[in-house]
Amino acid sequence: MGASLANTPWGVLVILLPLAGALVCFLWPRRSVPLGLVTALGVVACVAGLGWQVAEQGVQRYAVGGWGAPLGIDLYADGLSLLMLMMTALVGLGISVYSSGYFDRKTATVFWSLWLFLWAALNALFLSADIFNLYVTLELMGLAAVALVALAGGADALIAAMRYLLVSLLGSLFYLLGVALLYHSVGSVDIAILAQQVEPLPAVWAAVGLMSAGLLLKTALFPLHFWLPPAHASAPAPVSALLSALVVKASFYILLRLWLEIFSPGDAAVGQLLGLLGASAVLWGGIQALRQTRLKLLIAYSTVAQLGYLFLAFPLGTSVAWKGALYLLFSHALAKAAMFMSAGNILRCCGHDRIADLDRVARRLPLTLTAFTLAGISSMGLPPSGGFTGKWMLLDAALYSGQWWWALTLILGGLLAAAYVFKVVGYAFTPAEVTHEVSRVPARMEWTALVLALAAVLLGLFTPWPLALLDIGLPFGGGYAG
Amino acid sequence: MSHEFLYALLGVGLFTLGLYALIVHAHLLRKILAINVMGSGVFLVLVALGGRTPGAPPDPVPHAMVITGIVVAISATALALALMLWVHAKTGRARLPEERLE
Repeated sequence: MGASLANTPWGVLVILLPLAGALVCFLWPRRSVPLGLVTALGVVACVAGLGWQVAEQGVQRYAVGGWGAPLGIDLYADGLSLLMLMMTALVGLGISVYSSGYFDRKTATVFWSLWLFLWAALNALFLSADIFNLYVTLELMGLAAVALVALAGGADALIAAMRYLLVSLLGSLFYLLGVALLYHSVGSVDIAILAQQVEPLPAVWAAVGLMSAGLLLKTALFPLHFWLPPAHASAPAPVSALLSALVVKASFYILLRLWLEIFSPGDAAVGQLLGLLGASAVLWGGIQALRQTRLKLLIAYSTVAQLGYLFLAFPLGTSVAWKGALYLLFSHALAKAAMFMSAGNILRCCGHDRIADLDRVARRLPLTLTAFTLAGISSMGLPPSGGFTGKWMLLDAALYSGQWWWALTLILGGLLAAAYVFKVVGYAFTPAEVTHEVSRVPARMEWTALVLALAAVLLGLFTPWPLALLDIGLPFGGGYAG
Repeated sequence: MSHEFLYALLGVGLFTLGLYALIVHAHLLRKILAINVMGSGVFLVLVALGGRTPGAPPDPVPHAMVITGIVVAISATALALALMLWVHAKTGRARLPEERLE
């Protein structure tokens, strides 16, 4: 039994299961909710299986269909892939439970197949071992995400979805042109082969520029973030949660893989530029979030700010900085999903999300408000949350390398986050002038938000384990360690 | 200059032309077409650079990539067109509203 479990290709199942689930949900729409929930549980179990396999046996590589690289498609799982898969599984399970209470019957039939397609694409992306397969999964993810935004159906949501689609396709095409140039110069698309054979030719530099530009657009790094707030704010709440928590992280993951493994960023200027853009994103996103009058837009701008932190690791470039950024990424995924779910609950209860008109939400939705506040604590980076651990590691790396100005950004960003979180919490306690009808929010929607927010806070207490995970087969210890 | 290189340059030219059209035109159909022109440019680059070694048969891998790319492009175009029709049905215009400057 143990041997057969150890030999099961969990990495392949992690992709096939949600894909099959999506098709079944599509073909059998009347049963989509239970089918979707069962699939979600199955995917979580497969990710756990893969995690156990990677922890026991080290890095996993599967040659799909028996055709190995360079001709066939390889799947590759190391600590970094595993961390991303686990984050997706955790948030994905939360979103699945939340959605089973959120959508009406008609929307649910469409939602489940799209969401499971998106999940399959995300898992495939995190397991891809070649840059062309990354392109395909990126597109699959983008198309499913756009369709999910459009699910809300209003004019705002459709316009946001359309803009999101154009931006997403534009980013992918830049990336694909980069892939073409890189393939031309090296003659392979496999990341491991590229890492060994890449040379600093003009064509390679052009490829670096094109691929990075495309991915930065998709990751919504300041000043390329213009499409994110409308798209994330106008989508249905569970969709906003998965876009902000997972989808933007996928393109960041590709960027990280490329820079760490293929283009060893010996060029300090590029790192400093990315860091500067990241710092601007932290400040601009924070200020914009503070200025918003709608709760969902506030949370969306907070995503812009939080994405900025991730780029602070590029100028620092040490192993500690990378791990700190990934820790922030993980805790942001949990916290942001919880925040958007809370916003969804408030929207369901009050019928609007105007911050100034929030009427005694603290008494009506105590669990939701607790979830929002806990998630806020992680976004501010207060101990013991996961956000604190991540920021602490970045701070440590910044001071260690003598680049104190990044530390200043971290502190200012935290203060801005505190300001916008307390702005919401303050209005939630007081009665508003305009009173309105309130509707009931299903208990599972409140509890899911709370559980995810708690997970984000508790993540700070279990630091050693995820960090040890990142060391499995990974590039952080390699030529780029500081 | 080898003619593979010439084709690749043409591909880059198409990509740039598409990018320009995507930015300048407001009508969504034009934007979708522009994206398609950009995609064709990338595919041309891929196919042209497949003939890297003179005299030898062309490398089949980029061709496989282009076929995959075309499938992706078709699905993306279909989704974009459906969304455009939906935007038109809701707002009466097949264009995106001007962006608020913040």
